[in-house]
Amino acid sequence: MSDRVSVAMTDRRVIKGDTIFKGIILALASSIILILLIMIFEMVKESLPAIQKFGGRFLIGREWDAVQGEFGALDFLYGSVLSSLLAILLATPLSVGAALFITDIAPRKVGNFIAPVVELLAAIPSVIYGLWGVLVMAPWLQQSIQPWLVEHLGFLPFFQGAPYGVSMMAAVFILMIMIIPIITSITKEVLLAVPVSQKEAAYALGATRWEMVRLSLIPYARSGVLGAVILGLGRAIGETMAVTMVIGNTPQISLSLLAPGYTMPSVIANEFAETTSKLHASALMEVGLILLVVTLIINVMARLLIWSVTRGDTGARA
Amino acid sequence: MNPKLKLEQLNIHFGSSHAVKDVSLEFPANTVTAIIGPSGCGKSTVLRSINRMHDLTPSARVTGRVLLDDADIYDRKVDPVAVRRRIGMVFQKANPFPAMSIYDNVISGYKLNGRVNKSTMDEIVESSLKRVALWDEVKDRLKSSAMALSGGQQQRLCIARTVAVQPEVILMDEPCSALDPIATLKIEELIDELKEQYTVVIVTHNMQQAARVSDFTAFLYLGELIEFDVTKKIFTNPAQTRTEDYITGRFG
Repeated sequence: MSDRVSVAMTDRRVIKGDTIFKGIILALASSIILILLIMIFEMVKESLPAIQKFGGRFLIGREWDAVQGEFGALDFLYGSVLSSLLAILLATPLSVGAALFITDIAPRKVGNFIAPVVELLAAIPSVIYGLWGVLVMAPWLQQSIQPWLVEHLGFLPFFQGAPYGVSMMAAVFILMIMIIPIITSITKEVLLAVPVSQKEAAYALGATRWEMVRLSLIPYARSGVLGAVILGLGRAIGETMAVTMVIGNTPQISLSLLAPGYTMPSVIANEFAETTSKLHASALMEVGLILLVVTLIINVMARLLIWSVTRGDTGARA
Repeated sequence: MNPKLKLEQLNIHFGSSHAVKDVSLEFPANTVTAIIGPSGCGKSTVLRSINRMHDLTPSARVTGRVLLDDADIYDRKVDPVAVRRRIGMVFQKANPFPAMSIYDNVISGYKLNGRVNKSTMDEIVESSLKRVALWDEVKDRLKSSAMALSGGQQQRLCIARTVAVQPEVILMDEPCSALDPIATLKIEELIDELKEQYTVVIVTHNMQQAARVSDFTAFLYLGELIEFDVTKKIFTNPAQTRTEDYITGRFG
């Protein structure tokens, strides 16, 4: 018996196998970081001509002229940030409401039916959303919603101008629909993770269903919900295809949601195949770099936000 | 004297399993009644039927009557939310709201009644915390998180939260099973004081505890009520051999 133990403890093959396994795992893990670093390096390298030529002007410049060789990305930055923020603003209450309905309000059978349907929305390719947006939603906006807005709320700067259909508003709606599934499904998981004891605590005090949501679910789940919203924002800001199809692709900064706009991913997708000069390609690369940086900033801010909200409580973390 | 609380022919099913069978019990006002029995005998299930907590479990079906001051709480016209404001509950594991301060935890249930002014809230928080002998330990840190308290303090905080709602009946589901002996002793002393104002029903698997804190004891086995009597009698001279076997530790 003791012989067998001592053999096993000095078995070279076991120790060697472990070392090899460790090496493979380490290589796989570090390759992810390596790929990210290479990508950033390449993007910076390719953007250098544009960075050197325009410097800070690139960020605040509004001229985008491939013929004159003058590039400024502010209009795209504005389009991306505005469309994503508005989409998040609209999608968050809808998604949280849907998640609450699925987990705590609807009869279990109904919830079990709705949840996969909502998740199915996430599986639809974005080009389909875009196609639907441009063929169905945009005409509908142009014929009914936008004229109504112009007529009744036209005194606000947000609803002025001619209704084109394809517009910032169309992009916001498409993005909203596209990020609802991800926010809903993560929020649903977060809500399901709230311990039953927390819900019972509220009910036992004589809470109604809404009061239970307020006392138990929201405080316990808020950091997770915030995480879900950030993921949605990340998806919205990077979304290319559907937005490109409905936003109108006109570089401009307009307060009116009826006016067309342009986003960073859209300009890259539209112009990359037909760049006219080295500088043009480099400018597009710099737009990509800005997009990357904006996404990183959003993520860092989200982490800080979640950290500051959850400090001191032991609720679920994202 | 009319009982404060009365169970009549209570039957509880979960799907196809019959968890509680024809249980009838009476709880006089301002007494402590212990429900004992081995694991799975249905004692917690009975307790949770008294404030309609089973309403939250879709597969549960409760039949029979539960009378609070002679009114059936399972009547169609009765709102379970109103029932739970009159019949509070303390759970096995202390469950304070983690994101709230000690103060906010105590007042959380009371605030559900509507808007209250600050001085009333201060009074209720103080009196409730004093009621559970927690005031002196926490009065300097009412604004700090409830999660900073020890397990026993958290459980007393949960009792304070229940007391603050000013219920008539307090249900306790093994309130000491996660606590050390000293914290347990404190809760037991507290239960003895609580009965001056409330009718207390406590489920416990600790027979010494039942003997120490209760006036009446009900012994449940496999979903049936085997024996119900004055605690002293149950523990010294039970009428049923199964009761005797259980309290002497021959099974369970």
